[in-house]
Amino acid sequence: MDIQFTPAEQAFREEVRQFLREKLPADIAARGRHGKRFNKEDQVTWMRLLNERGWLAASWPAEFGGTGWGAVEKHIFDEECAAFGAPWVMPFGVNMVAPVIIKFGTPEQQARFLPRILTTEDWWCQGYSEPGAGSDLAAVKTRAVREGDHYVVNGQKTWTTLAHYADWIFCLVRTDPEAQQQRGISFLLIDMKTPGITVRPIITLDGEHEVNEVFFDNVRVPVENLVGEENKGWTCAKYLLTHERTSIAGIGQAKQMLGRLKHIASQEQRDGQPLIDDIQLRMQIVELEIQLMAIEMSNLRIVAAAQDGGVPGTESSFLKIKGSEIRQAITYLMSKVLGPYALPFLEDELGYAQQPHLYRDYSASPASQYLDMRKTSVYGGSNEIQKNIIAKMILEL
Amino acid sequence: MDFKLSDEQQMLQDTAARLVRDNYAFEAREKFAESELGYSVAFWQQLSELGLTAVPFAEAFGGFDGGGVEILLIMTELGRGLCLEPYLQSVIFAGGLLTQLGSDEQCNELLPAVAGGHLQMAVAVDEPTSHYQLHDVRTTAKAVDGGWMLNGRKSVVVAGHSAGLILVSARTAGSDRDETGISLFLLDPRAPGVKRRDYPTMGGTKACELYLEDVFVSSASMLGEPAQALAALRYQQGRAIAAQCAEAVGSMEAVCDLTLEYLKTRQQFGQAIGRFQALQHRMVDMRIELDQATSMAILAACAADAPDSDERSRTLAAAKVLIVRAGRFIAEQGIQLHGGIGLTWEYVLSHHAKHLLMLSHQFGNDDHHLMTYSRLLQV
Repeated sequence: MDIQFTPAEQAFREEVRQFLREKLPADIAARGRHGKRFNKEDQVTWMRLLNERGWLAASWPAEFGGTGWGAVEKHIFDEECAAFGAPWVMPFGVNMVAPVIIKFGTPEQQARFLPRILTTEDWWCQGYSEPGAGSDLAAVKTRAVREGDHYVVNGQKTWTTLAHYADWIFCLVRTDPEAQQQRGISFLLIDMKTPGITVRPIITLDGEHEVNEVFFDNVRVPVENLVGEENKGWTCAKYLLTHERTSIAGIGQAKQMLGRLKHIASQEQRDGQPLIDDIQLRMQIVELEIQLMAIEMSNLRIVAAAQDGGVPGTESSFLKIKGSEIRQAITYLMSKVLGPYALPFLEDELGYAQQPHLYRDYSASPASQYLDMRKTSVYGGSNEIQKNIIAKMILEL
Repeated sequence: MDFKLSDEQQMLQDTAARLVRDNYAFEAREKFAESELGYSVAFWQQLSELGLTAVPFAEAFGGFDGGGVEILLIMTELGRGLCLEPYLQSVIFAGGLLTQLGSDEQCNELLPAVAGGHLQMAVAVDEPTSHYQLHDVRTTAKAVDGGWMLNGRKSVVVAGHSAGLILVSARTAGSDRDETGISLFLLDPRAPGVKRRDYPTMGGTKACELYLEDVFVSSASMLGEPAQALAALRYQQGRAIAAQCAEAVGSMEAVCDLTLEYLKTRQQFGQAIGRFQALQHRMVDMRIELDQATSMAILAACAADAPDSDERSRTLAAAKVLIVRAGRFIAEQGIQLHGGIGLTWEYVLSHHAKHLLMLSHQFGNDDHHLMTYSRLLQV
């Protein structure tokens, strides 16, 4: 047993840092470090820079242009990107649909879609959730009816992240209404420009437009856009979810946030003293730092186990729960540290405004980010669903 | 990064696990606890015959140069079995202090005996007013002709009742809470002026109060330099904390196993109670806390033998805090999920709960270590 990173792993970390220092644009990094919002241009710029370096497709096999990294390298890469304030790599194309196309797609589909995912010419979104199918994903009702060499799709998807940027959507659709639950579902790729698709924004509690409703009204989809076999889409859906779990704990982000919390607490004052010297607050920070230390160590144990086997096991459900709770707690404390300056809702300062700040460069985002973090215990299989999974798969209850 | 055990480590774990499984059934443990000694001489001998008491010591003293991971493996099994033998007090804590501070003569004379299990030691550092602060020492040692005269009282000396030698911290200079001026002495508890009051602890092991009234110890009984013992006490208590974290994890694993088994077998309302989601989620919460605790025990084991640094101190304090919290959570949930049977003396679960609770009150509780961490917080 040796919990130190090997010299090769440390060298890799240094290589990632060097790249981030040289290539990550300063304005994007500044937004990231202050927890502000990124726009589509930031995301695309960053993903293209990563692709130029050959580092975008961390989870693809090397023969398709992937990095060939193991789980430890991926972990180091994620951690460093978060520390530098780089945008998240949008997972929907490169880390979700692409692995499915690689595993289940035809050579034609692979040649058609994969290169455009690498170059971010196509922005993908995920058509899983529906108004009646949240945690119970197999309850999807969106219908696809075969008519000649097309499927005609009718129905509605919801909580579709950044659908308003998207060129393509991958959808779970019901192709056999008679079959039970998981059977009768197919995995379909749909061009967002197809007539009959309407995207309607959902504004979340932090005032942000991130998610959408997507409506399908007699949308005609060529049959060659079916991935895998008809009615066997659940296999693709499950395979995709194992990839979704990999980085869902957000350890890198949590560490970055904790650093920001300590920074803000050392700047803000009470009774003429830095707040971080206030014993009551300091203890809360200490508690979070200790909890994060344990989560990080658990993450490393899972990462190291996955280094040989590829995809992390069900234990990553532990991290989904712990990783969401700790980020919620950190951002709550961060907003508390601002005192009354947690109140102003300054949409300009949450994004790109260059004008003088109302108070400090760090003060606009914490309360907004706390609200945003509520999503982490809801999405990707709510924390209660994770507990059901653990109860069934690990505890065999 | 690699969390896999080497073949030797795997063998060590198997050996310890088998030994505990074969000798520490709950009924046997009850008998050991009720005996005057409070633990099993036969089991202690087996620990030494198999070389387990020698693991952390240098080869020159009959040891195997084992490190934090080897101790982690042994202590986890001892915790799982609720073993009462003073491995932690004698081998880890006292043995560590001897190794770090002892003169060549002292090491040559004592370490082989500790490593071989012939000499059982204990460490007396707490006092009625010290509340885990190792520098708050009011027991005094005055220089007299040929040695030192000890006066004072030492609190809750675990395994002190059976120790052949007790390491006692006493003040040779300075005032009550000064960080310098603390020395460490090898005390023969049979020496004139030593009074003991022995008692059982809530967790099942035995301990004693130590009353020292004009107790003479020779100059050769001092361990290390005069007035300079605090750093070593803190460092070795850190090693003891790491070992104790592993012991707690063994106990937590046992509670989780027992509780999960109970959920699958106990029938109510015509079905196993593990079918109820409210209980499933509690069990999942226990399992998650166990996972977090395991991670911190590993981290502590890997920090235990590192050179002294703020980083090491932070890690060990963090491990202790997290494991105290996790231990309490798992113990309380384990009792709750068992219902009435979890509250009885005759069922092993309640003894694990007490064990976990008592571990949390030794070597500093969670509040104590939160303060330690807070002082060392990097901003």
